[in-house]
Amino acid sequence: MALLDIKNLTVEFDTAGGTLRAVDGVSLSVTEREVLAIVGESGSGKSVSMLAVMGLLPWTAKVTADSITFLGRDILNLPPAERRRIVGKDMAMIFQEPVASLNPCFTVGFQIDETLKMHTDLNNRQRRDRTVELFEAVGLPNASDRLGAFPHQMSGGQCQRVMIAMAIACNPKLLIADEPTTALDVTIQRQILDLLVSIQAEKGMGMIMITHDMGVVAETADRVVVQYKGRKMEEADVLSLFENPKSAYTRALLAALPENATGDRLPTMVDFSLDDAPYTGARP
Amino acid sequence: MSEIVLETRGITRDYHIGGGLFGAGRTINALKGIDLTLEKGKTLAIVGESGCGKSTLARIITMIDAPTSGELLIDGAKVDITKKRLDSEMRRKVQIVFQNPYGSLNPRQKIGDVLMEPLIINENVPEAERRERAMAMLTKVGLQPEHFNRYPHMFSGGQRQRIAIARALMLNPRLLVLDEPVSALDLSVQAQVLNLLADLQDEFGLTFVFISHDLSVVRYIADEVMVMYFGEAVEYGTRDEVFQNPQHDYTKTLFAATPRADVESIRKRLAAKAA
Repeated sequence: MALLDIKNLTVEFDTAGGTLRAVDGVSLSVTEREVLAIVGESGSGKSVSMLAVMGLLPWTAKVTADSITFLGRDILNLPPAERRRIVGKDMAMIFQEPVASLNPCFTVGFQIDETLKMHTDLNNRQRRDRTVELFEAVGLPNASDRLGAFPHQMSGGQCQRVMIAMAIACNPKLLIADEPTTALDVTIQRQILDLLVSIQAEKGMGMIMITHDMGVVAETADRVVVQYKGRKMEEADVLSLFENPKSAYTRALLAALPENATGDRLPTMVDFSLDDAPYTGARP
Repeated sequence: MSEIVLETRGITRDYHIGGGLFGAGRTINALKGIDLTLEKGKTLAIVGESGCGKSTLARIITMIDAPTSGELLIDGAKVDITKKRLDSEMRRKVQIVFQNPYGSLNPRQKIGDVLMEPLIINENVPEAERRERAMAMLTKVGLQPEHFNRYPHMFSGGQRQRIAIARALMLNPRLLVLDEPVSALDLSVQAQVLNLLADLQDEFGLTFVFISHDLSVVRYIADEVMVMYFGEAVEYGTRDEVFQNPQHDYTKTLFAATPRADVESIRKRLAAKAA
């Protein structure tokens, strides 16, 4: 059964320059134990579509869809209070900037405790034990000493581990990772990706990996959705996407990878007769 | 042997963190003796993680910052900015392009003024010629003459990086230091900017110091590669030497950590997962 099923999702923003359609009729679904990568460049609507699912967009955004179901339950028309019971518990998200996503005024232990307090019936002691257990699971050394640390006392990689601990605190069924390693160094990126993949396999979660990096896609995904200017260009399992890309955009994206360079110049979008104009959201 | 544009001998840079009321001061050795030589028309890539000293080295090469010890030679001439003020000729020779094109352009300055400013400061050319040279450079980096009177916010990230490159080239430098010039850009835009840099290098015989943390970009663009780790050059050689036969453990870790986007590795991963 599909864990998350989105049909024909459209997100629009009213701006001074007219309506901007950030996501345009995207449909996708994730099943249990599956890693789905959504790949695209800036402005492709990959983050906005997942924020819409989480209900984290500002009120200025107009979200419409034929249906969005999570575990067979319609979440599109759910009242906010009901929705908050799902978001953070069964469906959790990790963001791009780990240091900026944590509250600098509170210790990391407190921030994880908050999630547990909100969504579980555990008492003080149990919550503390659970937090230590989570810190150990994400590979933070001296877990029990770390509870009292503030985000600024940790490195970027450690903050991302805290974010992951917070996201998996309530054993979510679906984990959405929005560019989880973009702000990190290569060696730290490797550790975080390995951690995410092993936690995903161990807990049997579904995972959506939002990224712009084809390398990250190749290393983590089972299935891939390619987005461009708010539209879905292609959907394929990871091997056939790299072996035999169907859409011109995917081919252009793969050709622009420096490691695939053959001549002394890289092919660009123009060579694939894709328009190069900045995204305006307006379409004929 | 062709001419050597850049040479450093045992460059070190220490930063002193002043002791406060309760603690003693500390010294951080950001660079621990960097030796390098770079020939005209070649590209040296400097790779390393945050805090390894690569940007400190870039600042020293650009003569913004002085080394604590060691010698810097540009075109065979020794430079010491603590002893002697730089003349305009020296300033012309080395230019820099920064990582973030959103931060490196003044939002209140029109693009034309951005490009003409180096000429006003450094050279004595009449207004009409300044304008003409700025226009010519604008088209050279793939922008249009009508962009001359626009402000930075009207451009995309890739276009801004082109503007930053154009500004750096206004004084016909010998050496261009590129501090992570494409890491803030999308993949397709990155390809365009890398192509532009290659075109410009061929046309003007430019020498590049290319700082990056992206090994696939480095492999594509570099002639020589230096891998830095905690202020030391742990690996330094031609691209093929470094990529085919890395000596230092850190370089090996770095290569192993880089995500691979080829079909073979995906097959291998899927097979391992199924097992």
